[in-house]
Amino acid sequence: MSDIAERVKKIVVEHLGVEAAQVKEDAKFIDDLGADSLDTVELVMAFEEEFGIEIPDDAAEKIQTVGDAIGFIKGNAKS
Amino acid sequence: MPMFDLNGKAALVTGATGGIGGAIARALHAQGATVTLAGTRAEALDELRTALGERVHAIAARMDEPADIERLAKDAEAAMGKIDILVNNAGITRDNISMRMKDEEWDKVLQVNLTGTFKLTRAVMRGMMKRRFGRVINITSIVGVTGNPGQANYAAAKAGLIGMSKSLAQELASRGITVNCVAPGFIATPMTDVLSDEQKKAILGRVPSGRLGTPEEIAAGVVYLSSEEAAYVTGQTLHINGGMAMI
Ligand SMILES: NC(=O)c1ccc[n+]([C@@H]2O[C@H](COP(=O)([O-])OP(=O)(O)OC[C@H]3O[C@@H](n4cnc5c(N)ncnc54)[C@H](OP(=O)(O)O)[C@@H]3O)[C@@H](O)[C@H]2O)c1
Repeated sequence: MSDIAERVKKIVVEHLGVEAAQVKEDAKFIDDLGADSLDTVELVMAFEEEFGIEIPDDAAEKIQTVGDAIGFIKGNAKS
Repeated sequence: MPMFDLNGKAALVTGATGGIGGAIARALHAQGATVTLAGTRAEALDELRTALGERVHAIAARMDEPADIERLAKDAEAAMGKIDILVNNAGITRDNISMRMKDEEWDKVLQVNLTGTFKLTRAVMRGMMKRRFGRVINITSIVGVTGNPGQANYAAAKAGLIGMSKSLAQELASRGITVNCVAPGFIATPMTDVLSDEQKKAILGRVPSGRLGTPEEIAAGVVYLSSEEAAYVTGQTLHINGGMAMI
């Protein structure tokens, strides 16, 4: 399961070009990690691809922190 | 290398069975692009596909059917592996003076020309964002800027395309995607063939070039906006109208 957290953090680091140390579970994508609204859409797309899941729009809107993403994926991932 | 080379690029052209769309598909194909033709008439699609030979796919889809639009985006991407260039060219007119314009006439024109274009663009955008490259070209019209009596619905839809394109251009510029419009003036197509000589004469009186434009002249603008060379052009409307309106 912690594997999921690692994979999520890796995607965030790659996509937003931030330091791994910044990507804490309570870090907000927009306020803390400098993402714009398009970045958040792309992150969701990247999570969907990495974990083979669908993240519906209403769920995606609620994913605001790294921890939110990990939580959603843990609850919905097949692998 | 010659300019405006499109080898390796994949293009989806709607309304490819029409006068202007056919010319656009041919021109993109001639520059080396793989092309997916979209329209509603299967035989006309097949005919053009056969005429173009290799690097061509055809998909029948209605732009006023949301399910068709989703399928078109998906199937075109599956057939070509990607969509680099999207030309939203499908369009209809249902002319009437506003006092007499029926709800259906208004709704249909907005649905096909504006709403369908938005939905298809939204469906195609995702792949373009991922690949950090895209060229969206919306075929609007001179009357979207000048207005035209009897075409309140059509002019509204075409003006809507311009505002939509400018918004999308701002949203997507940082991802290597440009969104532009081409606005034809009066072009010789089956659509304008039906006008009487008298009507044509009246129109030509307003065109400094003194002639109708050709579909190929519209296609040339689309080729330019599709190219790598046009990467710094976005949110613009390219008017191709023989000087009929200078805006
Ligand atoms: N001709 C002009 O002078 C002129 C001037 C300014 C702007 N334009 C614009 O240029 C574009 C092309 O016009 P054109 O002159 O080439 O017209 P056209 O020959 O009548 O072609 C229209 C195309 O749109 C497609 N289409 C119509 N309704 C559709 C629907 N519900 N779903 C999917 N496709 C649909 C048609 O497909 P099917 O035939 O297969 O049904 C056809 O390929 C249009 O957007 C038009 O507004 C034209």
